[in-house]
Amino acid sequence: MEIAKVNQGIDLKDYNDVWIIGELIDGKVHPVTIELIGEGKKLAEKINKKLNVVIVGHGVKGITERLLHFGVDKVLYIEHELLKDFNTEGYAITISDLIKERKPEIVLLGATSIGRDIGPRIAAKVGTGLTADCTKLEIDETDGKLLQTRPAFGGNLMATIICPNNRPQMSTVRPGVMAKAVHVDYAGGEIEVINPKISKDDLRVKLIDKIVSGKKRVNLIEAKVVVSGGRGLKEASGFRLIQELAEALGGEVGSSRAAVDAGWIESPHQVGQTGTTVRPDLYVACGISGAIQHQAGMHESKYIIAINKDKNAPIFEICDFGIVGDLYEIVPAMIEAINEKHFLEI
Amino acid sequence: MRIIVCLKQVPDTNEVRINQETGTLIRDGVPSIMNPDDKNALEAALRFKDEFGAELTAVSMGPPQAKDVLKEAMAMGADEGVLISDRAFGGSDTWATATIIAAAIEKIGNYDIVFCGRQAIDGDTAQVGPEIAEFLNIPQVTYVKNAKFEGDKLEVVRYTEYGEYVFEVATPVLLTAIKELNDPRYPTIKGINEAYGDKGEEKIRVFGIGDLVVDSTQIGLKGSPTNVYKSFVPVKNKVSEIIDGNNSKDKANTLVMKLSELNLI
Ligand SMILES: Cc1cc2nc3c(=O)[nH]c(=O)nc-3n(C[C@H](O)[C@H](O)[C@H](O)COP(=O)(O)OP(=O)(O)OC[C@H]3O[C@@H](n4cnc5c(N)ncnc54)[C@H](O)[C@@H]3O)c2cc1C
Ligand SMILES: Nc1ncnc2c1ncn2[C@@H]1O[C@H](COP(=O)(O)O)[C@@H](O)[C@H]1O
Repeated sequence: MEIAKVNQGIDLKDYNDVWIIGELIDGKVHPVTIELIGEGKKLAEKINKKLNVVIVGHGVKGITERLLHFGVDKVLYIEHELLKDFNTEGYAITISDLIKERKPEIVLLGATSIGRDIGPRIAAKVGTGLTADCTKLEIDETDGKLLQTRPAFGGNLMATIICPNNRPQMSTVRPGVMAKAVHVDYAGGEIEVINPKISKDDLRVKLIDKIVSGKKRVNLIEAKVVVSGGRGLKEASGFRLIQELAEALGGEVGSSRAAVDAGWIESPHQVGQTGTTVRPDLYVACGISGAIQHQAGMHESKYIIAINKDKNAPIFEICDFGIVGDLYEIVPAMIEAINEKHFLEI
Repeated sequence: MRIIVCLKQVPDTNEVRINQETGTLIRDGVPSIMNPDDKNALEAALRFKDEFGAELTAVSMGPPQAKDVLKEAMAMGADEGVLISDRAFGGSDTWATATIIAAAIEKIGNYDIVFCGRQAIDGDTAQVGPEIAEFLNIPQVTYVKNAKFEGDKLEVVRYTEYGEYVFEVATPVLLTAIKELNDPRYPTIKGINEAYGDKGEEKIRVFGIGDLVVDSTQIGLKGSPTNVYKSFVPVKNKVSEIIDGNNSKDKANTLVMKLSELNLI
């Protein structure tokens, strides 16, 4: 097998358009795809290029049609029965083949378990750099290159990465940080169906079973309100109180990593650098100190409330409203006040 | 059976401080550790060794002091270590790092499983594993929560935000470990004595650029397709209001009132 190489003195002008690699989960579009379309459109306009979305799958024509309502120029639908379920090699081979043939200038993937699995594999097949888990993308006004900003060293530092001599410029982008594209009634653009060359032998990893947990999936990314608990809860049962406040506010339950590590709550609830990034209208942090790695996942919330015993906790530096006090007194009082308020309005 | 485990030595990011003026890391006094996910990869490999008597080679690329993680791995039970170290490798991004490590793995040869951690805590990229797999032209399974042999094939559970997926794959294969995979063991006293003594030193091979078949245009700072354009300390400029009151009930009421005014309740 021939290994791809970087730094081959390619002509950067041969590369055009912005591509989003879309993601489908159980036949539904992952929200990050719509976020990437929103962001990709901005970038495409800046460099005067088109925005295309790549969808890999089988029997999902309906979805490709719906994507045309988000202002994309083209949906490139890679259709094959072997690509019905996600498979690293099937997806990486067909997407990288198309990239090599069509030469996009920028390729964005969601920094999900799928994007972070195939992203490096695609970059390695194509022969280009990849920047992981970006939280900000900009175009350099002077030469049109993509500036890819991401947190490093646990969010203590931000680094802006460039890929000057190789194309496409590829990034995975953190879900929940870019604004979604707006749905419009008018369906513009077109769908092009691509029939890839792929055979069973290409797929060396075989899916034999899927275990879906019976529990309701936590949907932190979409939540308008997130109420999180941390080590300050002192015990697992504290999350009952957090749950109650979340219900009163109509939100989801989040947590710090310390609470997950203590075994009080499952990891899908974790907010932060190694957890989920959330950007709700309201984020309530109860008994969370606000370590930089936690902040990395919630500091862009519209309003942040902090409840903590320690007036020097770093969470108070980034909150809009803070209460210094015992969460076991404050939270029940808040629940009571909220419920009273609802009662009065009826 | 041979298993190669890729271990990265990383600064303990819990201890990392930033020089606010220059926007650079203060590395002084920051302890270096074996990357946490890599320790889970090592533990999984050790369990295969316990079960099947697999030969276990620990590999680390980095400056000479990265030998420490190889010794730690040997103290836990790895059979030998390979340190990949050369000035020419400095400044490598994930592409260049994976190119070099893949070349070292080719040289070691005859492997059944290459085990990496999912991601390193200093860069958090999670790219080196899949890129190594591509350069070696072997399949991969990332986010591995469980791996066991069923006959001569591996049955691997991939743990993601969408659920758990069970895959079947023949060796050779590259797997990336997550912390849910296992609880790493502690080194034994005997292991420590051997690994940190002369015997341990003898079991570490050092590969420099002359020992590997690598294209010099693909490695180091110059061969890296991505570059750091700038780095900076994230700015915070929020005005925080601390809510006062005579008691908790007072404070909670004031807060709820403020949230209502903002239409958040
Ligand atoms: C590579 C790396 C990645 C990480 N990723 C994440 C991540 O994704 N998410 C994350 O959250 N962390 C992450 N961390 C961990 C992070 O550094 C912190 O250790 C963690 O966020 C601390 O959680 P905490 O605030 O709940 O606990 P603590 O820091 O122990 O804070 C508990 C707080 O509760 C307060 N408190 C105690 N009792 C009460 C009470 N009765 N009422 C009110 N307040 C009370 C205390 O004053 C204290 O401020 C990561 C660390 C590393 C090294
Ligand atoms: N310098 C290195 N030496 C050995 N293994 C490495 C090195 N860099 C990365 N790895 C492996 O690749 C994984 C992912 O690293 P990263 O892509 O940097 O997040 C790590 O968990 C290690 O297993």
